[in-house]
Amino acid sequence: MAKTLFDKIWDNHVVNTVEGGTAVLYIDRHFIHEVTSPQAFDGLASRNIPVFRTAQTIATADHNVPTVNQHLPISEPLSKFQVDKLIENCHKYGVSLYGLGHPFQGIVHVIGPELGITQPGMTIVCGDSHTSTHGAFGCIAFGIGTSQVEQVLASQCLLQLKPKQMRINVEGTLHQGVTAKDVILYIISKLTTSGGTGYFVEYAGSTIRNLSMEGRMTICNMSIEMGAKGGLIAPDEKTFDYVNGKKYAPKEAAFDQAVSYWKTLPTDEDASFDVEFTFQASDIMPMVTYGTNPGMGMGVRQLIPEPIDPANRNSFDKSLSYMGLHAGESLLGKEIQHVFIGSCTNSRMEDLRLVADYVKGKQKAPHVKAMIVPGSKQVEAQVILEGLDHIFKAAGFDFREPGCSACLGMNEDKIPANEYCVSTSNRNFEGRQGPGARTILTSPLMAAAAAINGKIIDVSLD
Amino acid sequence: MEKFTLLQSSAVPLPNEDIDTDQIIPARFLKATTREGFGDNLFRDWRYHPDGSQKSDFVLNNPIYKGAILVAGRNFGCGSSREHAAWAIADYGFKAVVSSFFADIFKGNALNNGLLPVTVSDSFLNKIFEAIENDPNAGLEINLENQSISISNSSEVEYFEMDPYKKICLLNGYDDIDFLLSQKTIISTFEENNRYPFNPIK
Repeated sequence: MAKTLFDKIWDNHVVNTVEGGTAVLYIDRHFIHEVTSPQAFDGLASRNIPVFRTAQTIATADHNVPTVNQHLPISEPLSKFQVDKLIENCHKYGVSLYGLGHPFQGIVHVIGPELGITQPGMTIVCGDSHTSTHGAFGCIAFGIGTSQVEQVLASQCLLQLKPKQMRINVEGTLHQGVTAKDVILYIISKLTTSGGTGYFVEYAGSTIRNLSMEGRMTICNMSIEMGAKGGLIAPDEKTFDYVNGKKYAPKEAAFDQAVSYWKTLPTDEDASFDVEFTFQASDIMPMVTYGTNPGMGMGVRQLIPEPIDPANRNSFDKSLSYMGLHAGESLLGKEIQHVFIGSCTNSRMEDLRLVADYVKGKQKAPHVKAMIVPGSKQVEAQVILEGLDHIFKAAGFDFREPGCSACLGMNEDKIPANEYCVSTSNRNFEGRQGPGARTILTSPLMAAAAAINGKIIDVSLD
Repeated sequence: MEKFTLLQSSAVPLPNEDIDTDQIIPARFLKATTREGFGDNLFRDWRYHPDGSQKSDFVLNNPIYKGAILVAGRNFGCGSSREHAAWAIADYGFKAVVSSFFADIFKGNALNNGLLPVTVSDSFLNKIFEAIENDPNAGLEINLENQSISISNSSEVEYFEMDPYKKICLLNGYDDIDFLLSQKTIISTFEENNRYPFNPIK
């Protein structure tokens, strides 16, 4: 029977099937971090059981770490306690930790791929909804809750019902100034914040195939923002080239053997999906969000629409009121106060090179505070090696140390109430970047342009 | 985990759609390393002003609405995977959440904590909101065995879907982890038979 990429990986990982078709699904890689793991380790301790497969469990500290002076003790006591707890648990249970001060530390979804821990055909989970990022390599990767973190620590398996499958095709060539981030914001604006719920999404089509691995990660990263369980892309030569030579990638003959297996994974030609959508790259403009969920997005030259569903009127109005915006308004020329370039969506080298290229020789607008937070210590080191940090500083940007930072406002990197932040992160929820903060999601290029101009502009015309 | 069989209670209405887990429990309150106490900060920024005083227009601060059931608008629990959202709702005292649509991860987290997510049709959800609007003490009855939800003092009843495995877990108070631990021999055999390419780290 013809199978999808998802079917092939899923079927290879079903250990057992229980009541009602629920599968005992084997997990190849389990990433953990300081925020969603302490209660899971406490659960192991209360049952007096070990971590079942320590070699497949990888830890880092990212959500709650400062992005300056990481060489000093964490000054915020609760954050310090939580990070110390991770160190203690990893030590006690024998889990590898890329913590603060380690040259591999970084945002969990940035370090997995760059270390070659993420490989095609794998099942990958983490107590973080953006685990879908790893799907860019042709993996079944999804976010889980802390009870499930405990289950994976205890058994390397999860109980899962097989989700429905959706394929989203994007075809054609992207306009100048339109990037992977605009593609995914466009898709979510069409399908809404709940349009993918219950589905695992395969992204396909010439536009997706032409994206770099980093662009593909940006696409898969935001699958959860339309409610999808995860998103994945068929592995190809670009994928193999990216993985080859990475620290934990298979080497030499083992790599060749892996590649021959990985080549069997793409969706069979006659395989079918529960639902399929096709979009044209030529319809996609640089995107901005105007509301308080990632589905509330539009091309930068469009006007904020009226609510599509009249039943949704109250929630829609509440959202625009929070944002200080109204239907019919344009965001072009909208003055902004903050720019945040970072997060597991857009903090990799390709993103930062694009920003550096744009801001080189320019100055940010005087009233804008602009922050660049690299995704990992390796990204940070590469930025410095290429001298991009000098470009950022000369343009007035604050280049910081790695972490999740202002994406979720858990550390001190917060946006003040009622101020606008153009952000390359993934969520524009109320208060996400700080109580009362107003988030406008864009690509790194649009964010860089907003910092320089002090207002939102259309980079495709720049 | 506590068993869930039958729940009869009045309900708290929160008709907003797309309530995300950042609203249920903002990230700045995720620094605790235990599961307890998150109820204090449930819906923190909707419930309190920045100075800590209550926002009188928020439903949890309105004494006429109470009960162990939260009734919410469509697409409840979207966003972050933080189980703290389910912990906060349960810690506050809710035993069930009723909506016409739940985000996947939230639903799973709720089930793993004995907090029952009940998915009803949009029209039934509206009937519940109307019943509460007419009488804040209007009762709901949720029967897990029958997979039914009814509005007391009316003939309104609807049946909801439920994963058969999770139903058994909730009715009996079983955790997934107990079951998974019972599978360890099968899991080890699976690993032996699938050594490559699944686990090249080993």
